[in-house]
Amino acid sequence: MIADVLNGILLMLWRVVSDQPAPLAALLPALPEALRPVVSAVLCVSPIIGVFATLFALTTLMERKGLGRIQNRLGPNRVGPFGILQPAADGLKMLTKEDIIPRSADKLVHFLAPVALAVPTLLAYAVLPYGRNLVPLDLDAGLLFFFAVGASTELAIFMAGWSSHNKYSLLGAMRAIAQMISYEIPLILSAVTVVMIAGSLSPAHIVARQDGFIWGWVPHWYVLTPWGFVGFLIFTTASLAESNRSPFDLPEAESELIAGHLTEYSGFKYALFFLAEYLGMFAISGLGVTLFLGGWQAPLPGLDWVPSYLWFFSKLILMVFIFIWIRGTVPRLRVDQLLNLAWKFLLPLALINLFTAAIWHFTAVWQFPGALLLRWLLSAVMIGGAYVVLGRALSPRKKVSLRTYRYAT
Amino acid sequence: MQDYLFYIFSALTLLCGALIILSRNPINSAMFLVLSIASMAGLFVLLHAFFLAAVQVLVYAGAVMVLFLFVIMLLDLKVEQRRRINAFGAVTGLLAVGVIVWVMVTTMLGTSLPAVTEVLRHEGGTEPLGTLLFHQYVLPFEILSVLLLVAMVGAILLSKKDLK
Repeated sequence: MIADVLNGILLMLWRVVSDQPAPLAALLPALPEALRPVVSAVLCVSPIIGVFATLFALTTLMERKGLGRIQNRLGPNRVGPFGILQPAADGLKMLTKEDIIPRSADKLVHFLAPVALAVPTLLAYAVLPYGRNLVPLDLDAGLLFFFAVGASTELAIFMAGWSSHNKYSLLGAMRAIAQMISYEIPLILSAVTVVMIAGSLSPAHIVARQDGFIWGWVPHWYVLTPWGFVGFLIFTTASLAESNRSPFDLPEAESELIAGHLTEYSGFKYALFFLAEYLGMFAISGLGVTLFLGGWQAPLPGLDWVPSYLWFFSKLILMVFIFIWIRGTVPRLRVDQLLNLAWKFLLPLALINLFTAAIWHFTAVWQFPGALLLRWLLSAVMIGGAYVVLGRALSPRKKVSLRTYRYAT
Repeated sequence: MQDYLFYIFSALTLLCGALIILSRNPINSAMFLVLSIASMAGLFVLLHAFFLAAVQVLVYAGAVMVLFLFVIMLLDLKVEQRRRINAFGAVTGLLAVGVIVWVMVTTMLGTSLPAVTEVLRHEGGTEPLGTLLFHQYVLPFEILSVLLLVAMVGAILLSKKDLK
């Protein structure tokens, strides 16, 4: 009995590490009938929490170090060699801090808000395919599930802002909600183009559709098509805004709102918000990798021997690195610029991108020589034309001339 | 297991529904409405209608509720809190509830439900739903979308301050 279980655990681990199908089926028959659903649920959930919490700790360090490089300073370097134990020190500090609740706050809602934020964020991980046979929950409408749980985080931010009874919190929450609702539309529309081409709402199926190589070496990823490239850019922009990161970090703009909806949170509750924010960023980056960057597929034909989940996580870390890079280089937007960008620029561009994807799909039957070049040109004209027209129409009409000074030259 | 979950979710839906009406603070009512909608999504999941459950949470618990909360916050809260039950509201409300109950009871008595089979289980999926919407019910679907578009244009027109 115990030998069977141990054998099953070893076989399961081996199957996970070596990318083989049905790792859970190796262990479950060795267990009594009543335990099976519980064990399989725990085995699906605990690696997600463990892996992504570790990634969170590493990313906070990477972010601080990276920002340090960008701003020409060293970053954390006191705790442990090269500061690598900094996340542990931060965690301990958060845990031991006093938890202050304002007297006028709505106590229950104030307490529930971080929980209501962390739970849906973790739920979003259920549908992402991490490797060839690693999907915790292969739902038929998995993508929709992802967006549904993503939408319910808006409510948690509202709860945090409203229950604090603080004007900065309320203003921050209102900004956050306006921003998240606005950017959800280009985000979903850019995902819809992928759904339209792949013909499925299941993330695992979408990754499977990006299998193979054109001409033997160019991966068949959606980012390498004209509509996919533009869709990926729109998706990345919108996901930056969805995860409240710079240049879209207006809800927490320190210089105007202290910390937005986080103002009245301290100690472990603040840490939970922080964690949920980063977990949301990983989840949405993971979705971007799944939709546009081929998920766990290898980038070159000879590299199939590398375990698929390593590809997924390297692409994910690359996305996170780009997010950090953007944070270090792009200044914060104003509120009106932020909303104009979403409604007047990204939304029309996403709609035109939808049509471009349809044309790309229906011209796939063209067989004459130069067809691929013509399709690329056609798509480029459609999207580029829209980009130029929208950009021209939206930029303020100001005459640029030589500046003259009254008392100086 | 499924039966227990059904009872838990239905009880939650009903309880939160009652609390929506009973709580004096409109923001609390709106939050109970979210809970009620979420537990209804749980009921949809138990019926194997994942698509419907996801759309329910995405549209109602996400976008619509947040807009509700926005509107409530922009109105004056204190006036709302002091309101008393007025006769007109009570009478029309009871009348509306009576009509809905009558419609539901007559419908339930008039239909015989077929036993749940494996074929029926797959009807809540994304593909059958899409096929139905875009083949059999394409005209109502299109009319609805035009209606929504008209409503949107109307809302934008109303919110414009200076009409040229």
